[in-house]
Amino acid sequence: MIAAAPLFRLVAVRYKTILDIPQLQLGALPVTALLGPSGSGKTTLLKLLNRLLSPDSGAVTYKEQELGSYDPVELRRRVVMLGQTAVMFPGSVRDNILAGLRFHGRAAPDDNELNTRLVAMGLRLELDRLPESLSGGERARLALARALLLEPEVLLLDEPTSSLDEATANRVVKHAVEGAAQQATKVVMVTHSEMIATEYAQTIVRLRDGRVQDGRL
Amino acid sequence: MNGIIEIEVIRLFAAYLLALGVLFLARKTGAVSEILVSLLRMSIQLVLVGFLLEHLLERPNLVLTLLVFLAMEAFAVHNIFRRVPLPTPPGLKRVIIASMVIGTVGSVGFFLVVIVGVEPWYAPRYFIPLGGMLIGNSMTGISLGFERLAVGIRDNSTKIEGALMLGASVRDAAHDYAVSAFRAAIMPTVNAMMGMGVVFLPGMMTGQILSGSSPVTAIRYQIAIMLGIFAAVALTVYLMTEFGYRCYFNHAAQLQVPSTESTPRKAPKLDVKRK
Repeated sequence: MIAAAPLFRLVAVRYKTILDIPQLQLGALPVTALLGPSGSGKTTLLKLLNRLLSPDSGAVTYKEQELGSYDPVELRRRVVMLGQTAVMFPGSVRDNILAGLRFHGRAAPDDNELNTRLVAMGLRLELDRLPESLSGGERARLALARALLLEPEVLLLDEPTSSLDEATANRVVKHAVEGAAQQATKVVMVTHSEMIATEYAQTIVRLRDGRVQDGRL
Repeated sequence: MNGIIEIEVIRLFAAYLLALGVLFLARKTGAVSEILVSLLRMSIQLVLVGFLLEHLLERPNLVLTLLVFLAMEAFAVHNIFRRVPLPTPPGLKRVIIASMVIGTVGSVGFFLVVIVGVEPWYAPRYFIPLGGMLIGNSMTGISLGFERLAVGIRDNSTKIEGALMLGASVRDAAHDYAVSAFRAAIMPTVNAMMGMGVVFLPGMMTGQILSGSSPVTAIRYQIAIMLGIFAAVALTVYLMTEFGYRCYFNHAAQLQVPSTESTPRKAPKLDVKRK
């Protein structure tokens, strides 16, 4: 696979005592995995990419522009992130899948489109149902459908499968990667699973104690 | 009957005897010293305020009246920070002070000039008691609203950050918590209006009737003061919640929930009996 220009560049980035990265490039290929044990700084690194955190020193660029030069909300609409917990907002499944579009002030697609999106994630849900009764795996996939509906340039996944069993986790990541590929959304995902990283990512960045051990194709 | 029956000093002591008698009965509750201190404080504070008001009413003075009003504002603000033991993000203290001052000065000014039509506008007989009522109620409202806002944002930080991750603006991510804090803070005032005249007769109206005013005059004042209190509470709390929730975010729209290390929450004591 021919590598395109990397989307993100980090130069001399430090964040508290959690992260110390002299140099790193990310997002040249469709799927990048940040692999490492818990406490290695994976989530912090991900949050630096869409400015949910700002580094104490150093520079992070997206498409060759410093993150500080973007409006933070506009940046997050292009670089969407999904956290470890599948957050459910008040309202029905429909309200939840449309929440992102509502935040962006964009028009809502019809129910057929929403159902197609849910089926693509392996979900068959009544749109009027309340999400409280959904299982962890269903919530994770609903949150994923919501993020993909935004058709972002980049999707940052902070181990949205951490609370799921291995088979469900694998299914959720598969849906995420396939869904993103269909709409040319690049994925940067945090995982502690060597198996998931090697199966789905073209680039694996290994982190330990806040430092990059290895970033290879 | 015109005019109020004066309570002679000796009869006032009888009221203290009544309180002390009840205190004797409640001596085993462990609250005796606290009640004694509060009785003493109430007496000293009221006597001092009585002398001050007597002096002010005899010789109305703009500067002195404004100083008393400012002292009430300062005490109210101090009380808000003391009563809510939650850490404040940068800027929220300024928002609380500004909301208190703008909300109460605006409502007191409107009340005195437009509703009652006092001449001169700073006439202490009206300015100080009405100002006190509006400031006191606004203080309670802001304390409640501040607590609900802080707890709402702290307890929903994952949800708020989840919305920010999807590209929500600060307003879309957190304004709901400002709205519920506002609702909670004005609820006591709303409840007071609901029960007024049925569940209880308000203090100001009772005082006026006791001092010889006709109930109709007293009711007019009471309706006006309740609307004034509602306006002051709603305005101060609206300003505080509307500008306050933004203090939990920095210029990069990042959520900044202040650390609770300085005021650790105590774990509840569990009453577990082991066999």
